Amino acid sequence: MALTGIEIFKLLPKTNCKDCGEPTCLAFAMKLAAAKAELSACPHVSEEAKTKLTEAAAPPIIPVTIGAGDRALKVGGETVMFRHEKRFENPPGLALLISDDMADAEVDKRLKKFKELEYERIGLVLKPDLVALKSASGDKAKFEALVNKVKQSTDSGLILMSDSPDVIAAGLNACADRKPLLYAATEENQEKMAELAKTNSCPLAVKAANVEKLAELTAKLAEAGIKEMVIDSGSRKLRQAFEDQVIIRSAALAKKFRPLGFPTIVFPGEMTDDPLKEAVIASIFVAKYGGIIVLSDFQGESLFPLLVERLNIYTDPQRPLATTEGIYEIGSPGENSPVLITSNFSLTYFIVSGEIETSRVPSYLLVKDTEGLSVMTAWAAGKFVADAIAPFVKKCGIADKVSHRKLIIPGYAASESGGLEEELPDWEIQVGPREGSHIPAYLKSWQP
Amino acid sequence: MAFEVPKTAYSGRIKEIKLGSGDKAVIVGGETCYPLYLFEGEMPHPPRIAMEVWDMPPQEWAPAALEPFEGVTDDPVAWAKKCIDDYGAEMLCLQLVSTDPNGLDRGADEAAEVVKKVADAVTVPLIVWGTANLDKDTEVLRKVAELCQGKNLIIGPLEEGDHKKIGAAAIGYHQTVVASTPIDINLAKQLNILLGNLGVPDEMIIVDPTVSCIGYGIEYCYSVMERMRMAGLTQQDEKLQFPLICNISKEAWKTKEVHIPTEAEPKLGDAKKRGILLEAMSAMVLILAGGDVIVMRHPEAIKLVQEMIAELTAK
Repeated sequence: MALTGIEIFKLLPKTNCKDCGEPTCLAFAMKLAAAKAELSACPHVSEEAKTKLTEAAAPPIIPVTIGAGDRALKVGGETVMFRHEKRFENPPGLALLISDDMADAEVDKRLKKFKELEYERIGLVLKPDLVALKSASGDKAKFEALVNKVKQSTDSGLILMSDSPDVIAAGLNACADRKPLLYAATEENQEKMAELAKTNSCPLAVKAANVEKLAELTAKLAEAGIKEMVIDSGSRKLRQAFEDQVIIRSAALAKKFRPLGFPTIVFPGEMTDDPLKEAVIASIFVAKYGGIIVLSDFQGESLFPLLVERLNIYTDPQRPLATTEGIYEIGSPGENSPVLITSNFSLTYFIVSGEIETSRVPSYLLVKDTEGLSVMTAWAAGKFVADAIAPFVKKCGIADKVSHRKLIIPGYAASESGGLEEELPDWEIQVGPREGSHIPAYLKSWQP
Repeated sequence: MAFEVPKTAYSGRIKEIKLGSGDKAVIVGGETCYPLYLFEGEMPHPPRIAMEVWDMPPQEWAPAALEPFEGVTDDPVAWAKKCIDDYGAEMLCLQLVSTDPNGLDRGADEAAEVVKKVADAVTVPLIVWGTANLDKDTEVLRKVAELCQGKNLIIGPLEEGDHKKIGAAAIGYHQTVVASTPIDINLAKQLNILLGNLGVPDEMIIVDPTVSCIGYGIEYCYSVMERMRMAGLTQQDEKLQFPLICNISKEAWKTKEVHIPTEAEPKLGDAKKRGILLEAMSAMVLILAGGDVIVMRHPEAIKLVQEMIAELTAK
């Protein structure tokens, strides 16, 4: 939690020396509180005050980066309990488990899935983020060999999993430059794990038997100089694991309780053996505060809905997702296929394109850039009106694709039909249904 | 720094309502905390699943959704019984798809007769869902309310435009109503007030916030539902303390993704499991946002969600 100007003032030298460029220390403190000045502008501030002020300015849930380069993943940094209060910041990392007791063929199969299971949606590529490498054998050489193999196959962030600092060290031999997450420091091994994390500048996962013990352990590690941590409250029973997520988030945000101010890691695969149940458990943690979700395996049927759910829940409520402007072909349309136009609010696009698909009438859907507004809102804002639609219809090239000149506009934009007939003299403007669900019936009876 | 479990300051309680009648009646609502935050308060009645039945054979269902109901889809009574006998349904939701003026446009009398037959054949609570066409729903649901007097059906959706006429019938024949508004907390509150003014007792209202599934705008209803719970539980907004119903099955199973066969898009995995998961995960997300009654279709998706509810409420 940020300090107030007065609280900051108390930590300053109070000499009013003006070296910072402000007339008084109080004025400088006020600017600091408003984030309009940097503490470094004061040459006289004590080390103690510096530490206190930096600590106070730290976010309530520390952002942690796993991996290096383009595919580095940032988790944590959350500021609210409910997405409508502002937004959720960093989507949870989805990790695929690979263990060193798996046969080579299985490892290859998993690496292939990790690479191939990517999905395009509204111009975004949805894909998993991390590979979790588990030492089941406890054999250092075996683990190092696995890490080496995986490292060469993917640029993604890695999680090294073992209770033994020696095994983790062997893994680090192969991939320290990739800044993997080390899983996990426990009561027993914390000193050695902390040392490994510090020497290699890697984030450290911390695991304890319950939330209280976890807080004690992170406090100890923080004192030892570990900053980037990911926390595991140890519970593998769904109810306790769920409640722990909520308690950790609210302790960090509402109580500013630093020892729990870190992203979490959860293991749905350790809560059930049923793959479908594991997927539904994962969906709970996507919505409720998971930082990293490690899955025991990937299947398209479960990974895809999880990735889409994550996209939905982490969408900024203040900034609607938009679809790219252009011509969308649905079901291989030809020169006699109907042409519909709608706005580029992604939800509108999904509903309209879904209904066209349901109709099984191959069609062209023109998506007009309305800055992510729905048809009615865009119409009211002057972004889905005749003057805006007509130039788009002319330049998009639809006239070359169809032999007829009939344009179906949404029922909610019916009042634009007159204007459009003036702006697009070659075209006959047809008013379609108001509701998406009536599109199939409309299209089935449509004639070129 | 000693650790103390933080607690939300609650000041309200969700109203309890009784659905159906007799031994099989179901009580929902009564929460004094956010959904499943059992370390903070009580959730005396866990969320319930109502199994969906159509009043006409579905034309566009994915094979995975159709398969569990093979042989009964042309007979709503047989379908309803199968849900109860084979799949253990605790509640049913009869979707009056046949009355859609843009579809079969079946008349009110005929539709109400079908409802009556189903209502007479089962003892579990029965939800009856129209087509959200104001005029048609008014006609059909009024008839249903009259013909099924004494059954304590749950009829809807009641919207601002038809709430008076259907609401009056519901009061007259003692049926619970589904107050439905398009994903907007203020409109929802307003309709609840209007129903109160009309004389519908609080314990006969369940609220439909209008839901959509994963990939089709679930984030909107998710946040509206969360805001309703926040207003009802922490801001003493009595008109937002009603239990919530989510008619999610038809949304999940009409998406493009559940209709793609396994072979057509191998990256999307097994078509049947994909459909089941899309429905189950969407239902789960809505329960986390505050859903008290969830209308679902596939028996395996229902089983998954029920297992989650059991585990999340385990002592």
